[in-house]
Amino acid sequence: MHNKSVAELSRELESGKISSVELTREFLDRIKAEDRQYNSFITVTEDQALADAKTADEQRAAGKASVWTGVPFAHKDIFCTNGVATTCGSKMLANFVPPYDATVTANFRAAGAVCLGKTNMDEFAMGSSNESSFFGAVTNPWGLGNGEKRVPGGSSGGSAAAIAARLVPAATATDTGGSIRQPAALCGVTGLKPTYGRVSRYGMIAFASSLDQGGTMARTAEDNALMLNVMAGFDPKDSTCVDRAVPDYTATLNEPLKGLRIGLPKEYFSDQLSPAMEQQVRNAVKEYEKLGATVKEVSLPHAKLAIAAYYVIAPAEASANLSRFDGVRYGYRCDNPKDLNDLYTRTRAEGFGGEVKRRILVGTYALSAGYFDAYYLKAQKVRRLIQQDFVNAFNEVDVLMSPVTPSPAFVQGEKTSDPVTMYLEDVFTIAVNLAGVPAMSVPAGFVDGLPVGLQIIGNYFEEARLLNAAHQYQQVTDWHQKLPQ
Amino acid sequence: MQWDIVIGLEIHVQLATKTKIFSGSSTAFGAEPNTQASAVDLAMPGTLPVPNEQAFRYAVMFGLAVNAEIGRRSVFDRKNYFYPDLPKGYQTTQLDHPIVGPGFVDIDLEDGSSKRVRIHHAHLEEDAGKSLHEDFDGMTGIDLNRAGTPLIEIVTEPDMNSAEEAVAFAKKLHSLVSSIGICDGDMSQGSLRFDVNISLKPKGSDELGTRTETKNLNSFRFMEQAIAHEVERQMDILEDGGRIIQETRLYNGDRDESRSMRSKEEANDYRYFPCPDLLPVVIDDAFIESARDLLPELPDERKARFKEQYGLNDYDARLLSDDARIAAFFEEAVGQGKDAKLAANWVLGEFSARLNAEDKTVVQAPITGSQLGQLVARIADNTVSSSGAKKVFEALWNGDADNADAIIEAQGLKQVSDTGALEQMVDEVLAGMPDQVAQYQEEADPKKQKKMLGGFMGPLMKASKGQGNPKLFNEILVRKLGG
Repeated sequence: MHNKSVAELSRELESGKISSVELTREFLDRIKAEDRQYNSFITVTEDQALADAKTADEQRAAGKASVWTGVPFAHKDIFCTNGVATTCGSKMLANFVPPYDATVTANFRAAGAVCLGKTNMDEFAMGSSNESSFFGAVTNPWGLGNGEKRVPGGSSGGSAAAIAARLVPAATATDTGGSIRQPAALCGVTGLKPTYGRVSRYGMIAFASSLDQGGTMARTAEDNALMLNVMAGFDPKDSTCVDRAVPDYTATLNEPLKGLRIGLPKEYFSDQLSPAMEQQVRNAVKEYEKLGATVKEVSLPHAKLAIAAYYVIAPAEASANLSRFDGVRYGYRCDNPKDLNDLYTRTRAEGFGGEVKRRILVGTYALSAGYFDAYYLKAQKVRRLIQQDFVNAFNEVDVLMSPVTPSPAFVQGEKTSDPVTMYLEDVFTIAVNLAGVPAMSVPAGFVDGLPVGLQIIGNYFEEARLLNAAHQYQQVTDWHQKLPQ
Repeated sequence: MQWDIVIGLEIHVQLATKTKIFSGSSTAFGAEPNTQASAVDLAMPGTLPVPNEQAFRYAVMFGLAVNAEIGRRSVFDRKNYFYPDLPKGYQTTQLDHPIVGPGFVDIDLEDGSSKRVRIHHAHLEEDAGKSLHEDFDGMTGIDLNRAGTPLIEIVTEPDMNSAEEAVAFAKKLHSLVSSIGICDGDMSQGSLRFDVNISLKPKGSDELGTRTETKNLNSFRFMEQAIAHEVERQMDILEDGGRIIQETRLYNGDRDESRSMRSKEEANDYRYFPCPDLLPVVIDDAFIESARDLLPELPDERKARFKEQYGLNDYDARLLSDDARIAAFFEEAVGQGKDAKLAANWVLGEFSARLNAEDKTVVQAPITGSQLGQLVARIADNTVSSSGAKKVFEALWNGDADNADAIIEAQGLKQVSDTGALEQMVDEVLAGMPDQVAQYQEEADPKKQKKMLGGFMGPLMKASKGQGNPKLFNEILVRKLGG
């Protein structure tokens, strides 16, 4: 059963072949047996999951089931879960149990889905390798067969690894600069970062508020659509959430792709991309041509400025967002503070890891008197130029396609000593966040036995078109069905 | 040397919304600590602010009341600093795009002149919580009930040149925000808090001197004292050839002394930037017009009406119109009778004195305007003498009965105005005091004669058991003694 998709599991539950309790038990047993080698979960909520599964079975018996009733899944540990520890991968929140649900969490609860636990992540979603988690690095299931411990990508590395290892069929994730798409690509699963404002951020612990967006991760595009059906929609608790009708994202999955206009941004096929990776991406584009799509080269002229702008804006917002972690009201507090200043400095020095401190310092610097114009304001101007690039591109084409990462999953420790090399992992994903458009990562082949992701970028609120394109590709390819050794 | 005093004010006004500016928690004052602090107010991880429309409406009403431009695109910024009663580690405020732009307020001065004080701008922001340093033995308690209470911070131009002008402005502003209903005006609960910027310059000079800011003055009296104190301090320094340091000072009203809180060099770099959790708010014409419709009569308009409608002089009209609640009390009192001037005297005299003596506001008074009005009507129609009226007032205030007539009846304070009865009393009293009558009649000086009348009034009042109409007694006396 653990190899089945959400859609398939839902049908099995509906047919009565298996109960939610049995299914939940099976996945919990797999987590217990196998997660030691991946470390993809921070918290497993066994008792709660089994209780929820029992309730789901009763609901289904009473004829009150939705697609999700009784289907197991997991939450990235950035989404607040009422009564269940929510750590954000940090020592700072290792003891934090929220008394409220994130809107996303509440939506899955209402849909009857069974949450198995909270997945590992880079601390406060800052990282591209899941090595900055206070709860230890996550290991990519791919490459382990050769005895290699490779990174799953980040920051949603726990969700991606757990899905790749068949510990859960689906998991929530978040994406600030590529944190859904990059781990999805490195772990060979399908992930979607929706349009900024499509999914509520309420109860999703903030890294960079103007860039953070909750999204979906599963093996198939269809499952991503089922997840987005639960997650998308206006939330009065989030002022940046957009009040706009939510379509049924599964309804258009089978639309033919004939006439789909694909643009290939030339800046994303640069020398940063290895020839082997480029070959896989171009092969995928050829499949689309076979499905009736047309292809042309387009330009995102300011794309090369994206990383620089991002590493001003995101840390600037983070430096303020993380000020609330001061040891006063909740979370970690240093022992025996001798005065207020000592409470602040030691709590934050001891509670935050190195990458988080680095970004707080960078952000604080960028906002400081005398530097604000040169850094923050300039970066915001660049951001507008990048947004305009996408607007222009979507006047010519329906979707953009590109690689997700410059290279496949790297070995743990390889980039930890050089933050800038690590930041370049997101060279193809970051502009999307600055523009706020939706984008997916879809499994599209292998290089050296490691998964390669195809990035499909859409216009604002065109998630349905992306899911349709990904689903059609998955009808003619089986990259997303491959199992790690 | 002669000096010009230059004063500008920053005023924090708590808006009287039911809930906080970015959360649904109650803003009611005086609850148990931390019982009105939600996950949003506590800055729990992942929580987000949602703006309170009523706070915007109140801010726009203020803007209209001070003749200001309304900021059509209102943007919130984060002001970053660490303090235990600031849960997010930043205050959500407005820096470059405030909701209220330039405007002005006209103030009346004691010498009868008036002066225009320009408003630089007013912005919306959230209040912090409270740090409680007592009762925790070397530690500090944090109460976040106040955190997130909506404020407008009003910033004036440096247009005031004396403590009198600054206090007149502060009182005018207090009356304005109370009468348009956007603030409860209760200064003892911190509903209005004043920061005073003061500098001195050589008389007639165009160049402004270095200023200091004295923070958090929450009474008009302290404000007046603090300005006097700071002007004297700066004058002493300057006349000794010293320089003023730009700094923030705290004034202790109980001791009439101030100390430096921080200098400009020690000031925080607040690292303002636009709050990414809140989108810019566009204020359209319809919203502004709906706010205008909610504006009640403004104090200036009311003062003009009081002069016109009740024939009050400028001074009384101003005192009665500044505070909407006093104005309403007065009009309720006038409604019971026709003598507006007498009603004004009682509201501004006996009634106000009693409020002050008991440190009460008009809403806390134990009597209503119509109760006082009924008493005023009884004075006007000669039912009760003014000395009797004071007894009636006292009894009303103490709640002995709920209307003046009942008290007059119960205490036998009704004046005897039957001239026949009064004449008989006068005859009897004069007959018993032949020496005094003779003395009076021999006196040539009418002034001294007038004085001597008092000698007969005592026995007359005694004879009438205090119920004789003194005015009538007087007339009869003069007639009989003169004849």
